[in-house]
Amino acid sequence: MSGNWGMKMMMTKMWKPTGIAMAAVAATTAVALLVPSAMAQRDPAYEAARAAGQVGEQPDGYLGYASPPTAAVRAIVDDINIKRKAAYTSGAPAGSTVEQFAFVTGCNLIAKTKPGEKYKAPDGSWKTRDGGAPVRDSRCP
Amino acid sequence: MIGRGLAVTIGAMALGGCVQIDTPDKPIEINLNINIKQEIVYRLDGDAKKLIEQNSSIF
Repeated sequence: MSGNWGMKMMMTKMWKPTGIAMAAVAATTAVALLVPSAMAQRDPAYEAARAAGQVGEQPDGYLGYASPPTAAVRAIVDDINIKRKAAYTSGAPAGSTVEQFAFVTGCNLIAKTKPGEKYKAPDGSWKTRDGGAPVRDSRCP
Repeated sequence: MIGRGLAVTIGAMALGGCVQIDTPDKPIEINLNINIKQEIVYRLDGDAKKLIEQNSSIF
């Protein structure tokens, strides 16, 4: 073990300074590749609740419960909806209301649901997304 | 003339008395209580897409 470590140290020394420069380039590349995907990632519990059809997208731009929620699912939905509300509030362009911005975002979110995920149709019923187009509010773009 | 008019009236009443109620073949739409013009929808669409992209962990 210690022999191996000593060997590594020697090699590290030999690589200087090109080794360090190359490592820095590699590290930068890795960070550049990892950071956006890390930001894009949903919480695994949220992803699982979506996939299981426990939560779904509503026409108002918020998450809802497609089936009676467990305490854990309710906590996930509450947390995300609070964050969504904050995002709609800070992001609503001039001349539009938070509700309008949330509604148009909801149109997009329902359109983006994957097959098997739930969404709420304009009649208030929960539907499971299939291969076809989802049933959306007639005002959706 | 009066007789004919009466017959028509009685006929109309008979028809009127027979109100047919069909169940709607389309689900009744409960519109979201939101007032939004189509031009605003299209104007907000790009911003909405950007918001989703930039905050993908909450969408």
